[in-house]
Amino acid sequence: MSLSPTRSLAFCLSASLLALPLQAGAADGEAIIQQGGANPAAMPCMSCHGADGKGMAAGGFPRLAGLPEAYIAKQLADFKAGRRENPLMQPIAQALGDAEVAAVAKAYAAKPKVNVKPGPVERPKEGSGAWLALRGAWDRHIPECTLCHGPSGVGVGDVFPPLAGQSAEYIEAQLRAWRGTPAQPAGKKTKAVAAVAPTRSNDPNGLMRHIAADLREAEIKAVAAYFAGLGESTEPFDESQHRLR
Amino acid sequence: MKMTLRCLSVVLLPLLTTSALAADAARNPRLDDQTQLPKAPARPVGQTYFQPPAEADIPHNAFGELVRRGQDLFMNTKALAPQYVGNEMNCVNCHIDRGRKPNSGPMWAAYPMYPAYRKKNNKVNTFVERMQGCFQFSMNGKPPAADSEVMAALTAYAYWMSTGVHLGKAQPGRGFDEPPPPKGGYDIARGKVVYDKQCALCHGDDGAGKKVGATSVFPPLWGKDSYNWGAGMHRINTAAGFIQHNMPLGRGRTLSDQEAWDVAAYINSHERPQDPRLVNGDIDETRKRYHADDGVNLYGVVVDGRKLGLGVQ
Repeated sequence: MSLSPTRSLAFCLSASLLALPLQAGAADGEAIIQQGGANPAAMPCMSCHGADGKGMAAGGFPRLAGLPEAYIAKQLADFKAGRRENPLMQPIAQALGDAEVAAVAKAYAAKPKVNVKPGPVERPKEGSGAWLALRGAWDRHIPECTLCHGPSGVGVGDVFPPLAGQSAEYIEAQLRAWRGTPAQPAGKKTKAVAAVAPTRSNDPNGLMRHIAADLREAEIKAVAAYFAGLGESTEPFDESQHRLR
Repeated sequence: MKMTLRCLSVVLLPLLTTSALAADAARNPRLDDQTQLPKAPARPVGQTYFQPPAEADIPHNAFGELVRRGQDLFMNTKALAPQYVGNEMNCVNCHIDRGRKPNSGPMWAAYPMYPAYRKKNNKVNTFVERMQGCFQFSMNGKPPAADSEVMAALTAYAYWMSTGVHLGKAQPGRGFDEPPPPKGGYDIARGKVVYDKQCALCHGDDGAGKKVGATSVFPPLWGKDSYNWGAGMHRINTAAGFIQHNMPLGRGRTLSDQEAWDVAAYINSHERPQDPRLVNGDIDETRKRYHADDGVNLYGVVVDGRKLGLGVQ
């Protein structure tokens, strides 16, 4: 019997977890996270998104812990419907039933939300990732990321997910998914590269796609690195604190 | 004799009222400074808007420190100057891109126009007095004193941003460049459809905006934490200009004139904090005195069987 690395990891994890007492019911979010859904194609979420739900940077697997319940449920629905394309995630989403989607979204939302310790006002350098995150590029109608994703990118409401707590790999991949890749004409020493169509079109009101389309490649890398570099505070999220921008 | 007296009073009453108004304006010099400056000129074809200096060019000296403090206050007004802000608004909510964006009330176009005579309070207003109006109305708060550190910093910021601009010359991009009123008028019900589709995502179905921790991220558009009935933004024409140029964020200029007017009317047909100039507790009197000739607004107007202007706390 040959298993892919992900499969064998999932197999081992679920085998070891079978010994644990489980809550009854097919739509137990925590059980799906740890053991997968009723349909075997719905692999355990934690095999890619991590035991703590904080994602795995190397594979570009995002953090799900503490994301809004409605946001996670929407993403899964969008994977199912093809508004968000991903060869790994789409089959998994399609294998999850509606009750399982709801349960998984609830279970991840209940995990600790990312926190970035409120600090003094930042003074970003023009052209840096921090500049785009905190100042934007209004000459190209690009608002600063934090205007919608919140101070320090901790996320706002159900619609604007946290950027803090996500890896640079994941953020870059999403910006490219919204943007696609423009065609490159052949150069003297390079071959022509065909355009890649955007693979994400699930941004509410089309708020994200035009921003991604107008970003330069270096900006995508820089702004992704900025949010990844914010790290995570071990202190719980304090709702009474002001956050400066 | 009786007849003569009556004739006299007809002649004298308007005079008395005018002088009483003038006396009141003198006693309360900041109460009524919402009059618009003359319309800003259109941007000539092929020309760019005025470019304010780059943030990196703020000098590293005492003056530069004050400018940076002004920018910090501009972006974090509620967090850094809570004693002057009575709602959840910050300067940057209406003056996008730190007060630099054309047609979003940029500071570089406002600063060089003051001091300016304003008909409504019949006096010359300084730039500081104009900003005090923002605190009193748009932020529903208590204006900082003219010689306060907050005003010094905000003034320094606006002055610095206006480096190189022609003093006293109206700049294209000043204010909010209001779209003309639609021929068939505006429609509040149609505005709700636009709002639900384009605005509620960020500002909420209830117009209350969204916060992260204690910090307002998407500003409230009506209700107790929004601008009051005396703010310039309560005018439908002004809000239509702001909305059309700047909303949805990053997707400005996508709403038609009609949509901008309709949605502005919907937003401004909700209750908000009382006009601090309220005359003798009487909405009708206040409308007559301060709102009747102040653009297009719904203060004191009956909408869906309810008279607007009661205020909320």
